Amino acid sequence: MDCIVIDDEKMARIIIKTFCDETKDINVVEEFSNSMDAFKFLHSNKVDLIFLDIHMPGFSGLDFIKTLKDPPKVIFTTSDSKFAIEAFEYNFIVDYLLKPVSAERFTKAIEKAQKLIYLENLDSSEKPTSNSNQEEEEEHKNDFYVNIDRRLVKIDLPSICYVQAKGDYIYVKTDANEYEVHASLKKIEQKLPSSLFLKVHRSYIINVKKIIDIEDNSVLINRDVIPVSRSNRPDLMKRLDLL
Amino acid sequence: METPNLNYLKELARGDQELINQLKEVLKTEFPEEKKDYYDSLEAKNYKLIAENVHRIKHKISILGLEIAYKLANDYENELRASNSDKKDAFENILVVISNYLKTI
Repeated sequence: MDCIVIDDEKMARIIIKTFCDETKDINVVEEFSNSMDAFKFLHSNKVDLIFLDIHMPGFSGLDFIKTLKDPPKVIFTTSDSKFAIEAFEYNFIVDYLLKPVSAERFTKAIEKAQKLIYLENLDSSEKPTSNSNQEEEEEHKNDFYVNIDRRLVKIDLPSICYVQAKGDYIYVKTDANEYEVHASLKKIEQKLPSSLFLKVHRSYIINVKKIIDIEDNSVLINRDVIPVSRSNRPDLMKRLDLL
Repeated sequence: METPNLNYLKELARGDQELINQLKEVLKTEFPEEKKDYYDSLEAKNYKLIAENVHRIKHKISILGLEIAYKLANDYENELRASNSDKKDAFENILVVISNYLKTI
């Protein structure tokens, strides 16, 4: 699910992005400090979901949604519950989150959005088929190319031990090499087959076949200790073949 | 007066020190800007703008765990929308408390 975040406060944008990073299948493609820039972006780009601050100077979130011709789903973020009633006048408004946003409320809102999008996709009979074919193709891919110093370098997927996010870069550690690539963790996550790879922390995706041992909140891969966040631990445990 | 804290941000970051540092930096950068915008709008006696600036600051107040201060800021914002500023001094005390706290983190 591709989404954008619109909020005049940087802190509020970081908070929403952090929650998105912790959530499966949510990809923040862009963030905006004002509605006008987002409006221009949406003119040539399509997203599934918008996190939208209601109260922004000049062009408010409520003004903004009135300009949308083919609106995606919208989750309002606001410090004032009094705007909620007006927000729900539109059928594409999924939920509103009261600031400061809690993890529990964020999860609920995302689940609502995912459910609505899923139900809409069910109406279109072709879409799910093409999506599942695409997923199948992804699962059978054995390598991909990354751009490093103007060269396209092939990386064999099974050779990857883990991928770590470092600012605007990702660090790909394979059995034999280490690569620094200008990309986001979300972007590479989409390239990696879920049968082999698992996100265990907001900054780490690991190859589950490479795990040597596991402690409470970390895994050992080669000689590197990789942190495992509390929210990702249940997924990791499900993937293990325990005696 | 309540004491500001970073509990919300720490919980959000789940032990990711890099993220905690980033959030602290944003607080330290964004709050003084918002405070300046507030005083500028006060000088201009533009109630609508003052209310908008109080609204922005309210989020920082809640992030810092100041529940009573948040309610006061909320009341002040509503007052301002009715062109009244009785809670000005109390609100500005909150700004002082937060400014002092941000110097310590």
